[in-house]
Amino acid sequence: MPIELSFFLEVLVGGLLAGMMYSLVALGFVLIFKASGIFNFAQAAMVLFAAMFIAGMHQRYGVPFWLAIPLTIVLMIGVAWIIERVVLRPLVNQEPIIMFMSTIGIFFALIGFAEMIWGSRSRSLDIGIPQDPIFVGDMLFQSYDLVAGGIALVLVLLLALFAQRTRMGRVLRAVADDHQAAQAVGIRLSTVWVVVWSIAGFVAVVAGVVWGGNLGVQPVMVDVAFKALPVLLLGGLTSIHGAIIAGLIIGAGESLAEVYLGPIIGGGIDNWFAYVIAMAFMVYRPEGMFGEKIIERI
Amino acid sequence: MAEQTGEAAPLLDMQNVEVVYNHVVLVLKGVSLHVREGDIVALLGGNGAGKSTTLKCISGLLTGERGEITRGSLTYDGEDISHMPAPARVERGLSHVMEGRRVFEHLSVEENLMVGSYSRKISGAEALSEIERVYEYFPRLKERRKSTAGYTSGGEQQMLALGRALMAKPRMILLDEPSMGLAPQLVEEIFHIVSRLRKDEKVTFLVAEQNTNVALKHADFGYILENGRVVLYGTGTDLKENADVKEFYLGVGSGEARKSFRNVKHYRRRKRWLA
Ligand SMILES: Nc1ncnc2c1ncn2[C@@H]1O[C@H](COP(=O)(O)OP(=O)(O)OP(=O)(O)O)[C@@H](O)[C@H]1O
Ligand SMILES: [Mg+2]
Repeated sequence: MPIELSFFLEVLVGGLLAGMMYSLVALGFVLIFKASGIFNFAQAAMVLFAAMFIAGMHQRYGVPFWLAIPLTIVLMIGVAWIIERVVLRPLVNQEPIIMFMSTIGIFFALIGFAEMIWGSRSRSLDIGIPQDPIFVGDMLFQSYDLVAGGIALVLVLLLALFAQRTRMGRVLRAVADDHQAAQAVGIRLSTVWVVVWSIAGFVAVVAGVVWGGNLGVQPVMVDVAFKALPVLLLGGLTSIHGAIIAGLIIGAGESLAEVYLGPIIGGGIDNWFAYVIAMAFMVYRPEGMFGEKIIERI
Repeated sequence: MAEQTGEAAPLLDMQNVEVVYNHVVLVLKGVSLHVREGDIVALLGGNGAGKSTTLKCISGLLTGERGEITRGSLTYDGEDISHMPAPARVERGLSHVMEGRRVFEHLSVEENLMVGSYSRKISGAEALSEIERVYEYFPRLKERRKSTAGYTSGGEQQMLALGRALMAKPRMILLDEPSMGLAPQLVEEIFHIVSRLRKDEKVTFLVAEQNTNVALKHADFGYILENGRVVLYGTGTDLKENADVKEFYLGVGSGEARKSFRNVKHYRRRKRWLA
């Protein structure tokens, strides 16, 4: 294989692996948006929140990861339940913009609460994913990226299966189509909301562990989690497979641009290039590349 | 209102109910009606009379539209349900088929029916056998079982909405304007199925309709709503023979009938503005 090609593949695969994580986090947004029409700004804060609890419990109290991670998942379910009771339920018939603003409130409340308990210093979070490089032919991959991408891939597929194949998934899609009709068949919206916010919390735990392991647990994780935004612009807020494919496109596009365009433009490209890709697509399809088709009533 | 004969307490009893939207708009101004188990009761009236509001008030779907009952009582099967959340009412056998069909558009026909059984907590296999029973009433749905519901025809969507409600095994169905936008023959077909469901499945119906003609043909009893009040009620046959109903709602009688019907509409619209 020519060296240029193997280098290209190396960059591409690295980008796709990172993109898988973006897809996963974007799915957290999509599920909440489908079930409640709320754009959950707090998703990124949930990632940092979860990572701070895991790293904090481990470092301060020596809780092993096999215990700290499940405990944090339980905690995130509790958080979902509290958010539903305290924030969403009282606001249920308000305008979407008010719901959106309330998630900005949740964003700061979560980070504030976590800092109150664990302080604001950054911590490392090493759960033992190997960091060694691996050679495949001429190509060099980071084993960390492979493991993280693999975990994300499995979870993304599980979530897609959940939405398409399970009873709760079907209920969730029904609620996404018509809240009122869903209530008319006996579905309690509050139950569905706790479920989707819990899933978003679970996604945050996974993203928190994976990114925390790479970057350390610190506020910059929030920025990385916001990489899900261009993914959503591109894939559409309501489409599950849209989120998956758009995550891969953004991940690959971003790392290819960094390597091939970065030197020309002058580096630092990965922070904004994803948005350029997304906006270029948006000009052609405002509802997102895979946004759910709006069915016109006959 | 003791005109309706029958010894047993009615399945549904609504007394003097007032409904207000957004804390200010008074839409139902003291509506009383009752429905006996096993009856088909028609709720008639023109645009904006308050038919849908009445049904939403009974099913509990007002809350989602910032509407609330400010006065009166609402009893179903001897229980005060006026403050019960909608899903709890479904669990007690009270199902609402909303105006405009409202199927889950992106779900297939069969998935819609599956979701319809949500309140019963039955297994997938049980739900599938229930679906087969629904298909017996609506063979056309079976042919389209895998189709995306949003792309089926208006008639099929109306059947699906009714079939989805049946999946909850309701004791009473609140059916809102099943005739809307459908060809006369289809309307007839749907009312025929309603009659069969009452007879074979013992489902009680409260049907809101503008199509007075068809509704009264199948109903045992009827109420006529105007501007948030019951202005007339009686057995289906009595209403059909009533001169005012004939003139204003059935559009039969003198050669002036069509014109006067339109006049009445104008008059009513004006009255709504003033109210
Ligand atoms: N969510 C709402 N908020 C405020 N006003 C409402 C709301 N829904 C209905 N109304 C008003 O209440 C009145 C009765 O409406 P309703 O839908 O009950 O009438 P209807 O008899 O079902 O009419 P139609 O035959 O056109 O469906 C109307 O004047 C309508 O404008
Ligand atoms: Mg109506």
